[in-house]
Amino acid sequence: MFPFCFEWVWDAGHYLFFGGMWYTISILGLGMTFCLLKTIVDTLNGKGAGHGDDHH
Amino acid sequence: MDSALIPKGARRCPFPVFATGIAVVSVVLLWGVFAMVLCWLKGLNQTNMNDYYGFALWIWADLAVIAIGGGAFFTGLLKYVFGIDELKNIINLAVVIGFICYSSALLILAIDIGQPLRGWFIFWHANVHSMLTEVAFCLSLYFSVLTIEFIPLILENRQLDKVPFFHNLSHNMHGVMAVFAATGAFLSCFHQGSLGGVAGVLYGRPFAYREGLLVWPWTFFLFTWSAAAYGPCFTLTVCKMFEGITRKKLVKDNVIHLLAKISGWMITTYIIAKIIDTIYWAGVTAPEMGFSLMDFYSDNAFYGIWILFAEIVLGGIVPAVFLTVKRFRENKKLLLVAIILGTLGVCLNRWVMVLQVMAVPVMSFDTWALYIPSWQEVATTILPVAYGVILISLAYRYLPMFPQEQELYDSK
Repeated sequence: MFPFCFEWVWDAGHYLFFGGMWYTISILGLGMTFCLLKTIVDTLNGKGAGHGDDHH
Repeated sequence: MDSALIPKGARRCPFPVFATGIAVVSVVLLWGVFAMVLCWLKGLNQTNMNDYYGFALWIWADLAVIAIGGGAFFTGLLKYVFGIDELKNIINLAVVIGFICYSSALLILAIDIGQPLRGWFIFWHANVHSMLTEVAFCLSLYFSVLTIEFIPLILENRQLDKVPFFHNLSHNMHGVMAVFAATGAFLSCFHQGSLGGVAGVLYGRPFAYREGLLVWPWTFFLFTWSAAAYGPCFTLTVCKMFEGITRKKLVKDNVIHLLAKISGWMITTYIIAKIIDTIYWAGVTAPEMGFSLMDFYSDNAFYGIWILFAEIVLGGIVPAVFLTVKRFRENKKLLLVAIILGTLGVCLNRWVMVLQVMAVPVMSFDTWALYIPSWQEVATTILPVAYGVILISLAYRYLPMFPQEQELYDSK
């Protein structure tokens, strides 16, 4: 899983599998981080305050 | 009792009726949990797996729920990446179904590996030459994507939505959902395909073995295509079940017909490819390995040529015709027949590619090995169904799963 694991080999199989896995985790992680940070900023700016049942 | 949690304007059955229904299904769930605990505590000797059947009944269930859960990634792809906006009215249902299917698949795998506490070994000590490793990677990551897609719907619950942070988070997640949906489609293409690839690379089993493109056998592409084609059939089937049980129209016909039409054309292209693949396999691949077509469908009590007919004609050609021809598609009964046949068809395909593969004799001294699952396998296969019924019932009751529900009720 990591280059410091004893069975790690620098070969095409590890590049593909773990490259793909970490790439995907990065996208999901960055996407969620962006959402959470923007939500914190929006909430601190008072956006969504007083929101009630009328939304839907 | 729980009216403050129910979406505004939505009509739901009284809480005692709902609670009674959940309690009944929970009994089935507990039966499955009991069998699951037996498998974990006593081991896989609780199953009827043997040297022929390294995959139990639940592996068929695993592949089947992954296939029918394919409606989530394909509908998400159509809505968020291709911009087919009408599908926003059914995407919530597709996501909930996908979440249930993929969490069920992971639960089944947790039972199948026998020691779930060592489940993380597949990441830490990955065998990078195995298609199943790729399946495990993509399955886990795609389940994360489905969770991310499910969160905004949960946050739209009437009470949670009043909290500014949750309201803003839901709004912001919707804003970047295209990125998550595209990631989900990428992951789905690979794990659906690799599940097919697992069968296709078995050169020691001529019933499953297929030639292919580079390292991918044709079954790789057929599995991905069939999940995208038939997944929406299951989404529509569940939608129709909800409408039947609640006696309410929940999604407008134009949305239903659009998804049915897309599914129909996908099934048409898939079934053409499947027929070509079958003809080539029966005429070239299998004979080169010393087998004729009827060797795979005779001399046993169960697997006759009927299963090939049922898979390709009843589960493929019939739904393809019914869903692509407008006159048939807009007929309510034929639409229902088509989506049910489609759902059963893809489940039958997975059955054939998992269980028939292991039943067919390979050596000249072999005989057919028919397989009867133990009650523990049956119970753990029914377990995800009970879990799914409970979760989707809760989602329907407390979340705005059908955005057109109110409008359709008012216009009645």
